[in-house]
Amino acid sequence: MFSRFLTSALFAGASAGLLTGLLQLYFVQPVLLHAELYETGALVHFGADAVSAHPDLPGFDAVRDGLSLIFTMLTYTAYALILLAAMSLGEERGAVIDGRWGILWGVAGFVAFHLAPGFSLAPEVPGVAAADITSRQIWWFATAGAALVALWLLAFGTGWGAWIGAAVLLMAPHVVGAPEPDSFSGPVPTEIGALFAARALGIGLAAWVLLGSFAGFFWQREGARSA
Amino acid sequence: MTTMIKTAGATRSKLVPALFAAVLGVALMALTGHVQAAALHDAAHDVRHATGFPCH
Repeated sequence: MFSRFLTSALFAGASAGLLTGLLQLYFVQPVLLHAELYETGALVHFGADAVSAHPDLPGFDAVRDGLSLIFTMLTYTAYALILLAAMSLGEERGAVIDGRWGILWGVAGFVAFHLAPGFSLAPEVPGVAAADITSRQIWWFATAGAALVALWLLAFGTGWGAWIGAAVLLMAPHVVGAPEPDSFSGPVPTEIGALFAARALGIGLAAWVLLGSFAGFFWQREGARSA
Repeated sequence: MTTMIKTAGATRSKLVPALFAAVLGVALMALTGHVQAAALHDAAHDVRHATGFPCH
């Protein structure tokens, strides 16, 4: 039984992670590199002169970008393990798990791990002002965990109690509030920060749709093989 | 009665691997996305930003 989890998660996570890594390198990395020019002080805006919005950016870096690909694959393999655990429990409750239904599970994963935390802790470019890392991580885990429970209640709960509970769990972390910096000190133009957050969330959604579909597909195929 | 026991057994036999997969997944995600050890942080830096994990 556990080998079915491992095999499906490895295949789904590695393939979705590789595609996501490539998408990130093309769509997100240039924005990050642009922001780093301001983080390091190579560019300064609101100085005496206007600054070009189209500076020369460093190109492909084999070590740096290679590591990014590897870590993206690892991250999405980790997400695949969590997703498949939820999928198998859903299957017990009558949900159909395949490549097509997997898309819906993927969207749910995106909501839990990207959109819910990102609603108050938007994806950050390097160089922004932010609160203490430990408190932000605790808030991030609590928010993602609460969203997971909430989405499960929305999907499998019956009755108003479950649905209202889900709404409370989704809103509570944002009513309490995410850790915020004491003052703003980010040197990066707001245009770059906004583009980065939008791109990170967009690629996150693409990643999770791929991951959900692949996880559903491999879960079904591994099940058919062992049956 | 037999059916009940069988059903309970089948549920448990799936719950334990699912729980283990989830724990393994969270551990791996914490490692790639959250642990602040310098070597890990530097290697995963761009991914952490692009994936929306709190970084720095």
